[in-house]
Amino acid sequence: MKRNLFLLAGLIALFLLPIGQGNYFILILCSWLMFTIAAMGLNLTLGYAGQISLAQASFIGIGAYVTAIMTLAGIHWILAALASVIVCFVIGILIGFPALRVKGHFLAFVTLAFNQLVVLVARNEDWLTGGSYGKFNMPRPDFGFYHIRTNLDMYYMIVVIFVIFAVLMYGLIRSPWGRAFKALRENPIRAESLGVDTRRITLLAFAVGSASAGLAGAIMSPLVQFIEPNSFALLHSLKILLMVIVGGAGYFFGPMLGAAVVILLPEFLRFTEGYYLIIYSAMVIILMVFSPAGLMGIGEKILTKIRPNQQVRKDMEKGAQL
Amino acid sequence: MNRRTIIGLAASAMMLGTSCIPSFAEDPIKIGAVVELSGGGAVAGTNYRDGAMLAAKEINASGGVLGRQLEVTQYDTATDPQTSRALVQKAIDEGAYAIWGTVYSSSTIVNMMVAQQAGVPQITGSEAPNITAQGNPYIFRSSYGAQKGVPALTAYFKDTLGAKKVAVAWVNNEFGKGGHDVFIEEMKKAGIEVAADIPSEAGAADFASDVARIKDSGADAVFVYLHEEESARFLREAHKQAIPQPLVGEVTLTGQKVIELAGEAANGAVAHVGLTADAPLETFQNFGKAFEAEYGRTADHNAIKGYVSAYMLKYGTEKAGEVDREKFINTMHGLCLTAEEAPGLLLDTCWDDAGEMSRASFIMEVKDGKQVVTGTVPAN
Amino acid sequence: MEQFLQVLLSGLATGSIYALAAIGFTLVWQAAQTVNFAQGEFVMVPAFFVLVAMNMGMPFWLAMIIAMLVSVFLLGYLFKRAIVEPMQRQGHGNSLSLIIVTMALAILLKESVKEFYGAEAQPYPALMSSETWNIGGAIISVTDVLHLVISLGVVLLLTLFLDRTRTGRAMQATAQNPGVAEILGVDTNRMILYTFLINAALASLASFLITPVYLAKFSNGEYLGLIAFIAAIVGGFNQIRGALAGGLLIGVLDNMVATYLTAEYRAAIPLLLLIVVILFKPEGLLGTSEGRSV
Repeated sequence: MKRNLFLLAGLIALFLLPIGQGNYFILILCSWLMFTIAAMGLNLTLGYAGQISLAQASFIGIGAYVTAIMTLAGIHWILAALASVIVCFVIGILIGFPALRVKGHFLAFVTLAFNQLVVLVARNEDWLTGGSYGKFNMPRPDFGFYHIRTNLDMYYMIVVIFVIFAVLMYGLIRSPWGRAFKALRENPIRAESLGVDTRRITLLAFAVGSASAGLAGAIMSPLVQFIEPNSFALLHSLKILLMVIVGGAGYFFGPMLGAAVVILLPEFLRFTEGYYLIIYSAMVIILMVFSPAGLMGIGEKILTKIRPNQQVRKDMEKGAQL
Repeated sequence: MNRRTIIGLAASAMMLGTSCIPSFAEDPIKIGAVVELSGGGAVAGTNYRDGAMLAAKEINASGGVLGRQLEVTQYDTATDPQTSRALVQKAIDEGAYAIWGTVYSSSTIVNMMVAQQAGVPQITGSEAPNITAQGNPYIFRSSYGAQKGVPALTAYFKDTLGAKKVAVAWVNNEFGKGGHDVFIEEMKKAGIEVAADIPSEAGAADFASDVARIKDSGADAVFVYLHEEESARFLREAHKQAIPQPLVGEVTLTGQKVIELAGEAANGAVAHVGLTADAPLETFQNFGKAFEAEYGRTADHNAIKGYVSAYMLKYGTEKAGEVDREKFINTMHGLCLTAEEAPGLLLDTCWDDAGEMSRASFIMEVKDGKQVVTGTVPAN
Repeated sequence: MEQFLQVLLSGLATGSIYALAAIGFTLVWQAAQTVNFAQGEFVMVPAFFVLVAMNMGMPFWLAMIIAMLVSVFLLGYLFKRAIVEPMQRQGHGNSLSLIIVTMALAILLKESVKEFYGAEAQPYPALMSSETWNIGGAIISVTDVLHLVISLGVVLLLTLFLDRTRTGRAMQATAQNPGVAEILGVDTNRMILYTFLINAALASLASFLITPVYLAKFSNGEYLGLIAFIAAIVGGFNQIRGALAGGLLIGVLDNMVATYLTAEYRAAIPLLLLIVVILFKPEGLLGTSEGRSV
């Protein structure tokens, strides 16, 4: 009950956040939710299936290019977004399948290389992607009853997509497949002996994670109305990975917090002029050295301290993790 | 409420009122300098910023623009186009009368749409041809685009060097591609064959294969269109492999920074230069001295662009007669100013209806580690 | 033919520097299971220590010695003691958190150099004269030859050290099976520290060799780090000669592809090679399948 109230309050906050704010802040909020979607996808791969993917930015890129090319050709955004998600899912399967054949963190290296390759292709295949000039002036979606024009319209559209996405994600994690992820993370050997096909489950997690990035890309196209290859470089994949880790991998709402920190903190630190990246990276190092489980980990530590009642805490932990 | 308080309130209201009205006219003019202060474009952006801030200081010291001081806020884009777009939005939200920047074309092409939608004039340091080809009335250049700079070299390749075949080495990004595409087009028109067409990454360090290919390509001359640091590395590799062809480029091939980095390998490089503190003109040299006195280093072409951007704002606004964005852009379109009436522009300059600029330029050669002007190209 | 020779020799010269960075990467990886994403920055930073020392008036040779010592302390000792060790004590030394920390460290180093030294590339003194030799039409500089000789020499010395000395064998034992090594009385923590120190020294050496060519710039590490990483995996991460082979192979292949196949996609070749090796020979070209997996 308490939990539902909490979610409701969060939902209301999401709707109230942009009111009375400038355009700049609304854009920041939009990109926060967009990156949260991509980071929640990565959280599935990383936090639940225990595999590192360094290609999340390139999947955002693929989604963004697919959407850009289709909407510029006059196809409706909904269809373009759907296509983006499907394309990313299929590509996820295609790279994940061979990479997960080998034990160890090889998916990390394969995805790292894949990300760089996508950027190269986007830059060199002018006929398709516009090369280093990129694609611009993508139309904002027109839903007949409502034509998205301003950044504020865009924000509410993203909130709606985000809520639907979060519900679907939650459903997936609660489903038998989701429970298999969890079993896999906690004890891979036991999971295997119980008949869980670990490879198939991991592959599915990776493909769903990639498809989520495709959705984020489909949002990015009409949001910023300009895409070019460097926006999807490896650095941005690392940034998304940072969001998941800082928030706390494996916590359902961790990526939301992580994305907020990664996107908003530089804004708050901007007054330090050129030093903000130095302070920022130093803070990340300190956070990680003292609390490798991320911010959610710290929150949990504090909760344990203030609330000695073990029963309540365990429930909460379960809720937060699942 | 007694009488005393009422009088007190009235007095304070009056004081508030009187203190408000004159301050309105003296309010500073807010400017958003949206520049690459970190990331890959930090060098170019920092120079642009410093040039602009120097000019702003001079302008404020000599009474400002129409009696109002300039208040410049700096925004760091981190050389990321999407950040730059958000920051132009932020600068406008915060009341900027005009935007200075960005320098990197890939950023400008994105953020100029924001300024256009808000009706805010923007003076950019970018040189990619497509920036003034969008039909955006709010954008103005502080140096002419590559589509004007590169053709100025065609005559040099064709008549001075008598080249039948050329090779081109270019950086594969927005900047390099703009220049490359114009160059290829120009060579086709002039009937010169392009024997080798070699792109490289921004930030590339290893030019061994590029130079080896050019050496064997049978080209009579080489067009080098890279950023400064890559130019320096290219020149050093070319010097090492003793490439026989003359190396010709734009300002980024012979700048002071390139000479400092490439050392003797820079000797003999030729470039078409629009903006250089070494130009044999008093205005340029005065600027160069002022910049060096302020920052303790020599000014490059981006610093000049920043300096010119700030003065464009001053002269344009003063010609318009009031601080009004629409009047400013209408005045700037088709405006011609001479260096006498507008010394801050350093040279006689005109802008057309697309915000493109035209002015004279120079052919320079590096001799014994110094840039020497060997010819002048009239305004086109 | 001249062109082929030229490109081959140039490729070997650059490849040998990639190899130096890759060897250190491999050592740390083996000993502490730490994938160091700041390896490229470890190669970028020492050159700036040299410049700072020279600005303080020291001669070039002394500046290099000081820079080497400072680097070994900061990038070797302090990195291990202040970052890697506390995380391993909490049981996260092998995890993603450590990878993230090295990524943040890369940003910290890069931005610090930029803010405290400068964003522009700086000229950097060469170790040797710029004299060149003409070998069958290909032009190779004394510096190129020096790079090759030093890399090969370092590999030889390191191999001898690891195989012939007591400490070296203890280090190998630690890398292969820390549990058993501990039981046999090896101070594994100290051995791991040694590999961090050696890594920092190798990175400094690579820095002194590559910076005259690349020029001193804060962003130099981005590409070098990636290449060191790819060279280590392609060559075989549990063999020093694997990293050497990987570095040389990538140096040559990169130049060959750019000359004869495609300049647009030259950066794709090391990446494709990486993918192919992982799919078909995950232990690397010269790696042995024994030893621990990543």
